[in-house]
Amino acid sequence: MTETASLSIAIVGSGGAGALTAGNFLLEAAGTTGWHGLLTRTVGAQIRGGEAAALLRLANGPVECLADRLDLIIGIDWLNAQRFGAELETGPHSLVIGDPAGGEPPPSVAASGARVVDIPMKELAKAIPNGRPNMIALGIAGRLLGVGEEVISALLQKRLADKGQAAIESSRAAIKAGFAAAADIDLGLRLAAPQPHSMKRWLATGNEAVGLGAIRGGVRFAAAYPITPATEILEWLAPNLVKMGGALLQAEDELAAINMIIGASFGGTPALTATSGPGLSLMIEALGLATASEIPIVVIDVMRGGPSTGIPTKSEQADLNIAVYGFHGDAPHLVLAPQSVADCLFTTQWATYLAETLQVPTIVLSDQFVGQTLVTIDRPADVAFIGQRVKATDIVGAYKRYALAANDVSPMAIPGTSGGQYTADGLTHTERGTPTSSAKDHQAQLDKRLHKLDRFVYGDHWATIEGDGEIALITWGSLTGAAREAIDRAAADGVKVTLIAPRLLSPAQPERLAAALAGKRRVLVVEQTHGAQFHRYLRAHYDLPAAVRVLNRPGPLPIKPGEIHRAIMDWRQ
Amino acid sequence: MSSTETRLACKPADYKSDVNPIWCPGCGDYHVLMSFTRAFAQLGLPPERIAVISGIGCSSRIPAYTNCYGFHGVHGRSLALAAGLKVTRPDLTVVVASGDGDGYSIGGNHFIHACRRNIDMTYVVMDNRVYGMTKGQPSPTTEPDFDTALSPGGTGLSPFHPLVIALASGANFIARAFSGNPNETATMLVEAIKHPGFSFVEILSPCVTFRPDEKEWKNLVHPAPVNPTDDPARAARRIMTDDGFNVGILYRGNRRPYRPAFGVQTVDPSELEKEFEL
Repeated sequence: MTETASLSIAIVGSGGAGALTAGNFLLEAAGTTGWHGLLTRTVGAQIRGGEAAALLRLANGPVECLADRLDLIIGIDWLNAQRFGAELETGPHSLVIGDPAGGEPPPSVAASGARVVDIPMKELAKAIPNGRPNMIALGIAGRLLGVGEEVISALLQKRLADKGQAAIESSRAAIKAGFAAAADIDLGLRLAAPQPHSMKRWLATGNEAVGLGAIRGGVRFAAAYPITPATEILEWLAPNLVKMGGALLQAEDELAAINMIIGASFGGTPALTATSGPGLSLMIEALGLATASEIPIVVIDVMRGGPSTGIPTKSEQADLNIAVYGFHGDAPHLVLAPQSVADCLFTTQWATYLAETLQVPTIVLSDQFVGQTLVTIDRPADVAFIGQRVKATDIVGAYKRYALAANDVSPMAIPGTSGGQYTADGLTHTERGTPTSSAKDHQAQLDKRLHKLDRFVYGDHWATIEGDGEIALITWGSLTGAAREAIDRAAADGVKVTLIAPRLLSPAQPERLAAALAGKRRVLVVEQTHGAQFHRYLRAHYDLPAAVRVLNRPGPLPIKPGEIHRAIMDWRQ
Repeated sequence: MSSTETRLACKPADYKSDVNPIWCPGCGDYHVLMSFTRAFAQLGLPPERIAVISGIGCSSRIPAYTNCYGFHGVHGRSLALAAGLKVTRPDLTVVVASGDGDGYSIGGNHFIHACRRNIDMTYVVMDNRVYGMTKGQPSPTTEPDFDTALSPGGTGLSPFHPLVIALASGANFIARAFSGNPNETATMLVEAIKHPGFSFVEILSPCVTFRPDEKEWKNLVHPAPVNPTDDPARAARRIMTDDGFNVGILYRGNRRPYRPAFGVQTVDPSELEKEFEL
């Protein structure tokens, strides 16, 4: 049996079969054992009757992306599996366990030369009162991966407590039957023992981490219109904002949601909404209002496949253009992107801090992959970024809300403050806020909004820059993890690559990137868009070396480390 | 409001800003502004504790003409902006100003949901049955035969009935006023602001430039012949059968306003992360 640093598993079923539940239990049990891991869901937009698979990767150290191929697939049934056969990459070393009553594995799996073993999960479940095939599958997975039956059993006790002891016992019996059914099967691989660690560890999704980051940054109001794959942010915030003395309002549409947070922020409360591409499109007009009226707000865009309704349940990075350039008029604002699940917390907190400090709308470009991936992470460090808005108090004389102050951020009067009455306005205005169409005022206020962002010192958080190689790999967002893994593999092959991943996309930081690129002769740009949006963005704002290659393709299939590694190795020759 | 605050300011002039209104001479909105400042003075509210929120259009220019906090936002979304403000600042008096295009056309969906949500605020729509700022296009309340460049010969469409929509959607106070009677309108605004929940006041406010025919409104309006009712069925019958010039408070409901708890923290932020611990 070969020892390996990571193992990849898919649990497959039709929607409602419980594949995702089994996957969640497996990840949490492995995490409790001390391993690291992540779980992504691949589902259709339908609730039941569609396709569903839990894609897991367990490892002896932190992981941030899926592996190139699956080591093990357990098919509770294959009824709808053809729809995402391309996501189930297997090879001759892969083991595929299926229930003969659940149909045939997708042809691509059979064609890969994978070893196929039958276990009648449905039949085994039937023999147990209220037994469910997904719990049989969980038992099989536990046995093959070396996750203890007693660990899973203890977890069931904790997680199913509200379903009653009978339900727990049924599940336990099914797990036991799964372990027994797989007793004589050999995966051929063994996961290396967990690396020792002293940190407290969490199991969280990026969407949950965004919620916590927002609260840590000071957000106390959210407006919500449900949309896949961002809804979990809002659902996490709904009870937790109340605990923090805040509130969440469900809006009638995204147009209302964005205006509600502008209203709350005008009243002095740091505010956020979360959406995906279609919602962001609707919010753009009011984002321009927030720019012009200098009202701080945070908008999280959990990107999915586009344009239009696109692929709601799958990841893509193609909202970069609308986030950076979508506003009408000259409307400077901030665009940030988290690079991992843990970074969703940091980046959202930093975004809130920056929005409040600079009195500017801030868009955070998360995506379906980090948003909905459940990952074991070391507890993120507490950081000091807590929203601090410069407020006008003790006002004497005529208050100028939009005064041309030295650092271009003018103190904001909060309603209730005597003498600070002003009208926030989307019309071009004077320093006092009075509408005007004078060329001088227009220029002055456009300058103010531009310079307050341009002259701010964002610090080293602006980008992740790692390693020192002749080739620079420039990527962003959730691809950072896959790029890092590809760079590690290239290093093992003797090729050194520098990783550059801007966390701050707008405003661009040309001097800082120039410093990071000093001495680099070749650049590989990696992004998940059809139109190479990131490459074009880099070309517009930065000087790149003459030799540039671009690895770009759209979703929904994630760009994996092996693909990036190949691009690096090709580039080298 | 506390009794000390009540004495702080009580002249209409205290609620007027130093910005000169720019409306056409004779526009009904001048009188509406007068009604606003008179109502605020009658209520004795400190100007800094009032927020006047608006969208886009002639009527929506009103916030900057008051000495209150104001927000002149994007077209049609004033009610949503006001909802976010009021939920997080229940201590403020929130008045939303709109027109028939801003409020009933582009903002129509928000109107329905604001009535339904029943947050404690007052919504004033200055209805002149025309888009004034874009020079005379038909609005949702324009008569079907009103001839315009954009709708030669008229739209042929039945006008929207905002009061019926408000009632059906759950507004808690419904009144119709006429800008030409600023004292009466001010009194109605006072009642609307004092009434809990979502209060809707439709003010017939003539556009003398694009609807000179509306100068006749002063001869058409008449006081509502009966007292306000809290029975939605009776209110519906009255509103649906009146001539559109029936001025007065037509409905006073007793639905409980929507007011989510705000400002009471019950846990330390560090508690929230416990659910993630392995």
